[in-house]
Amino acid sequence: MIRVEGLSKKFGKVEAVRGVSFKADDGRITGLLGPNGAGKSTTLRMLATLLRPDAGDALVDGQSVSVDPIAVRRRIGVLSHASGLYPQLTARENIVYFAELHGLDRRQAEARVAELASLLDLGEILDRKSKGFSQGQRLKTALARSLVHSPRNLILDEPTNGLDVMAVRNLRALLVRLREQGHCIVFSSHVMQEVALLCDEVVVIAQGRVAAEGTIESLRAQAGEATLEDAFVKLIGTAEGLN
Amino acid sequence: MRGIFTVFRKEFFENLRDRRILLSALVFGPVLGPLMLTGILQLSVSYGEAAFEQELKLPVVGAEYAPNLMAVLKSQNIKVEPRKLNEQQIRAAIAARELQVVLRVPPEFAERWSRSEPAALQLFADSSDQFGGDASATRVSRVINAYGRQVAQTRLLLRGIDPTSMMATVVIHDIDVSTPSSRAIFALGMLSYLVIFAMLFGGMYLAIDATAGERERGSLESLLTAPMPRYHLIYGKIAATAAYMLISMALTLVACAIALQYVRMEQFGISVSMSAMTTLKLFAVSAPLALFGAGLLTVVASFTRSFREAQSYLSFAISLPTLPLAFIGLLRVEPSPLIMATPSLSQHFLMMQILRGETPLLTDLMISVAASLAIGGILCWIAGRLYEREAILG
Repeated sequence: MIRVEGLSKKFGKVEAVRGVSFKADDGRITGLLGPNGAGKSTTLRMLATLLRPDAGDALVDGQSVSVDPIAVRRRIGVLSHASGLYPQLTARENIVYFAELHGLDRRQAEARVAELASLLDLGEILDRKSKGFSQGQRLKTALARSLVHSPRNLILDEPTNGLDVMAVRNLRALLVRLREQGHCIVFSSHVMQEVALLCDEVVVIAQGRVAAEGTIESLRAQAGEATLEDAFVKLIGTAEGLN
Repeated sequence: MRGIFTVFRKEFFENLRDRRILLSALVFGPVLGPLMLTGILQLSVSYGEAAFEQELKLPVVGAEYAPNLMAVLKSQNIKVEPRKLNEQQIRAAIAARELQVVLRVPPEFAERWSRSEPAALQLFADSSDQFGGDASATRVSRVINAYGRQVAQTRLLLRGIDPTSMMATVVIHDIDVSTPSSRAIFALGMLSYLVIFAMLFGGMYLAIDATAGERERGSLESLLTAPMPRYHLIYGKIAATAAYMLISMALTLVACAIALQYVRMEQFGISVSMSAMTTLKLFAVSAPLALFGAGLLTVVASFTRSFREAQSYLSFAISLPTLPLAFIGLLRVEPSPLIMATPSLSQHFLMMQILRGETPLLTDLMISVAASLAIGGILCWIAGRLYEREAILG
């Protein structure tokens, strides 16, 4: 479970995030929707303990990102949009490395790789160097890497960027499975259809603030619009940066 | 600690598969180092050979007045070329660099010689001509002087006088205190430069890959979400860089030691062999520099945004500790505590002492090891601090 309370972050004079608060429950997919530059990535990076908040806090299963970031890192799996792999390592070695960084021993790591390989259908790429991987293969490996320590919470920053249709469908299916297993999933996107298809809860972010929050139905009701798209445009105040 | 080791092991083995890193660490220094070293030694040897062993052509005016002397010159590999020139022509020819040395035997030479009177000879040469004229003149006069002494001794003996008591009233014995290996030091001064350069270069690409490369590939963010302090990650990377530096240096030293066996220098009284023990000592005194080098390169690479940018900055960073070594031999710098506290300079002096067959002072050794490790430690700490900054995400 993730609870975000008044998170703020400035870069120089630019206020990227201004008091963002929301709640993401276990067994639900929460989507951060907003135009490019709205502050989604910065919010998620603070959740992932990559950036320190200037004000406010985020609690992951009760652990604060500013008080004990290392405890938070044990409880989250992070997939950033630039999920690079080590090109000289095979998919298996990439995953095992992160397993060991999370304190698993060799045997545990190998067992976990076997589980993830069947979950993500890694099969034939497992022992290939990741140098020549396709976008989809890279994403699967990176996902396995961020799930290697069986975190309850999963944070994905624009995970579908650059993926082909099949890869996006696979990812969607996987996220649904993880939700059924009771994981708390937070992901950001500027693609409305994606959010509409997947999310139980939507947090609409614009100009560093939460513009609206709720289920898709309630958002439509709030805006008083019949279609999702119109509701979002009305809530954000502009159509710029959305698609 | 376990995290540091995990990062170290991954960086170490992953980079063994990277051809560029492997080339720079395991091939460049160990192959080019000995080639340059033996090349330069061989060059100086063959230069010496050329100056002393080759036949010297000596134009002689009036050779017919001193046939015995001509025979002696011939026996010393000096080829006499009889010429007919007057003094003005000789001077002009030397000034025009047409001739280097000319010996002139005056017509009265034979007569004075037979009367046992001092017989004058004239040797023309330009002492400012460094391309052989001066050396050739020295060689000719040495032969003539030796001949003159020999004749004088014979004359004394013929008169029943022991020449040693008459001619050797004062004798200076030149005692050359340089050992054969100390004479080779000038050329070997390069060795410390090569070894330290090979060491730093051997770790350069790993330092780049582990910092700027990691950021450029986009794997840094994932790595920073590992549940451990960020400085543990960077310490593991520095350790891997230092390990590559040590391997690169060890291979370069061994390769130089092997290559030196094939340089023939004994005939010039120069010994440049590097025994296994010497090689080991050289490794031991320079090893602490690896921590300094790995820390330095990692700190510099942490400021760069891309692989290419890191490459140009690190090439500069490598020249910082190595370039002074190329000049230090020309300046008469004596080892002092300050120098011993300076990484790379101290290793240079310690290596030179060991190559000279001397035992370095214990205090010098201790200062060198302690200073290099301390400065290296500070650089590691700085690198750790840099990774705590948010700007590291780029």
